[in-house]
Amino acid sequence: MEDKPGTLNRIASMFRKRGFNISSLAVGKSETSGLSRMTFVVDGDDATVEQVTKQLYKLVDVIKVSDISKGNQDSVLRELALIKVNTTAENRPEVLQLAETFRSSIIDVSLDSVIIEVTGDDHKVDSLLRILDPYGIREVMRTGRIGLIRGLDQSLSTDGLS
Amino acid sequence: MKLTGAEIVCESLLQEGVDILFGIPGGAILPLYQTMSKYPALKHILVRHEQGASMGADGYSRATGKVGVCMATSGPGATNLVTGLATAQMDSVPLVAITGQVGREAIGKDAFQECDISGITLPITKHNYLVMKAEDIASTIKEAFYIAATGRPGPVLVDIPKDVFTEYAEFSYPESVNLRGYRPITDPDPIRISEAASLINNAERPLIMSGHGVTISHSFDQIRELAEKAQIPVLTTLLGRSTFPDDHILSVGMPGMHGLAYASLAIDEADLVIGLGMRFDDRITGKVSAFAQNAKIIHVDIDPAEIDKNVQTDVAIVGDLKKVLLSLNKEVVSTTHTSWLNRINDLKKDHPSLKIRTTDKLLPQHVIHDLSTATNGNAIIVTGVGQHQMWAAQHYSFNDPNSFITSGGLGSMGYEVPAAMGAQLGSPDKVVWSVCGDGGFQMTMSELATIAEHNIPVKFAIFNNGYLGMVRQWQEIFYQRDYYATHYTGNPDWVKLAEAFGIKAMRVTKRADSFETIREATDYNGPVLVDFVIEEEENVYPMIPPGLSTADLIEEPLGEEAKS
Repeated sequence: MEDKPGTLNRIASMFRKRGFNISSLAVGKSETSGLSRMTFVVDGDDATVEQVTKQLYKLVDVIKVSDISKGNQDSVLRELALIKVNTTAENRPEVLQLAETFRSSIIDVSLDSVIIEVTGDDHKVDSLLRILDPYGIREVMRTGRIGLIRGLDQSLSTDGLS
Repeated sequence: MKLTGAEIVCESLLQEGVDILFGIPGGAILPLYQTMSKYPALKHILVRHEQGASMGADGYSRATGKVGVCMATSGPGATNLVTGLATAQMDSVPLVAITGQVGREAIGKDAFQECDISGITLPITKHNYLVMKAEDIASTIKEAFYIAATGRPGPVLVDIPKDVFTEYAEFSYPESVNLRGYRPITDPDPIRISEAASLINNAERPLIMSGHGVTISHSFDQIRELAEKAQIPVLTTLLGRSTFPDDHILSVGMPGMHGLAYASLAIDEADLVIGLGMRFDDRITGKVSAFAQNAKIIHVDIDPAEIDKNVQTDVAIVGDLKKVLLSLNKEVVSTTHTSWLNRINDLKKDHPSLKIRTTDKLLPQHVIHDLSTATNGNAIIVTGVGQHQMWAAQHYSFNDPNSFITSGGLGSMGYEVPAAMGAQLGSPDKVVWSVCGDGGFQMTMSELATIAEHNIPVKFAIFNNGYLGMVRQWQEIFYQRDYYATHYTGNPDWVKLAEAFGIKAMRVTKRADSFETIREATDYNGPVLVDFVIEEEENVYPMIPPGLSTADLIEEPLGEEAKS
């Protein structure tokens, strides 16, 4: 999509207007100057996904839409989460151990809590959250899923789009 | 050559072939207006409310096929355009709206007459812009006209801050646009054409449903060729009225909620429905699961998002309808469907939806019937929304292509006054009748002043029943005649009102006077208002209640005679 003021607003407005249910949305600059790439997760059946795709294409600032959900395209999907979890002097080693098992990192340690940074697919993040739940999760910030299709070049350079 | 932003706007509008604009000036747009005064080729119509500007431009656009242009100042001026823009968006009408915005430094400060009009109009425009540099104006206006007029047309808003109008920039008008995210598909897929032709060639009971796309793509001759070649009866949607001549032997008319019973029933029996430039709106389909149950569906539209949105299609063709029909007509073989046409004629005989009941009272159906005969079906009919709209759609026999202009999708009351003004300005040689409800008329009647000022010879037929008629009808049928908030007890005297504007006016209370009055008004060289005092509690029939099917079709309830 065009990296212009208001483009995100146009897309969000269309989702809202048409009643599409978006569970996450992540956006950032792409490899091509002037273009952004957005990954969003929409709940719905094939017909909904088709309508979402078509309605996105109707937006002048949207250039390319790909369905990268599982089974549709060979894609990689990742999410990053920051989890602030309660700790005490006694259980801190246990929490650190769990974090390590999930190949996540501790990025902040305070007297009564730690912040864990985890990256993975949504199942991995969900699992870690479940396991940390008994210790008391104070805050969670998730980026929402981002993704790319494997292999074939999905570059947004303009000459590939005609 | 360096020009001011305002000069660039004017030069760009001239480049786009604009000759008429509808608007009202105000603080933020004043630099543009004071520049327009030096461009006499841009004829400005000073409307009385900005809704008259957006709807006037809409009527002008629909009558001419050109992009309509309206203008307003920031804040309330811009927000007053909104209903007209939403109307144009729903009915695929190409408009460019230019609004003044507060100065760049003041944006976001809640300045006097500031409002985020590009934010407000996001969901009701095809696209919009906030232009922050004078050097971007020319390319933006080029893109705005291109986006408005191509693909599925629609309104585009261009918001320009006051100080951008006075900033200098180099002017050169771009020859083309390069929008990597906007490439409408106009050339149809030949494989889909062959699949559609095959379905048509093998159908026994095919039906064409002709929509607004036929008008937009000027496919009147091509649709007629298809219908005649394969002997296919033609239904017309509300916005498709006048796309196929009503006196044609293959014409069936409008189906749907207030469509003709035989047209709706024909869909039930068809084995193939060919939707051409239409969108299977809920007023046409009723309950989708019961719609055209025995038919395969071909759907042709230029907007891919319309395909499979409301009904599931068997063959979908995305493209410019004229191109589609030019190819399709070559592959469709000449054939006859004698028994199917006989069946349709039987349906017409068994369900005489256009028969007007016998009474001395002045029925609205009589008025439309007289309007139709007095103008030989050649007038441009403009309506708002409601009972008057449905009676006009049902009872006017359209002979001329593109002669029905109505607020279909959005259903905007009051559309009929400014849109008729715009249509008449666009078609000075045609007779334009604005068929008005007495409710809608009061929403936009301030444009009578504009019409009188420019002596725009629109004829107004006020369907005066003293009610918000369609709402009253729903109250009668669904709410046990609880006429809450629909009865006008303090309406003005319409004849005196028109005369106060300097507009000739007449009143008709008797059936016998209707035809002659219409003829007199039609022949009069100037605007005329006729107050038709019609039967108060007359209902629009047939009716398929919302969300239901032809199984629930009400043709004319018992007791109708007793009521009158």
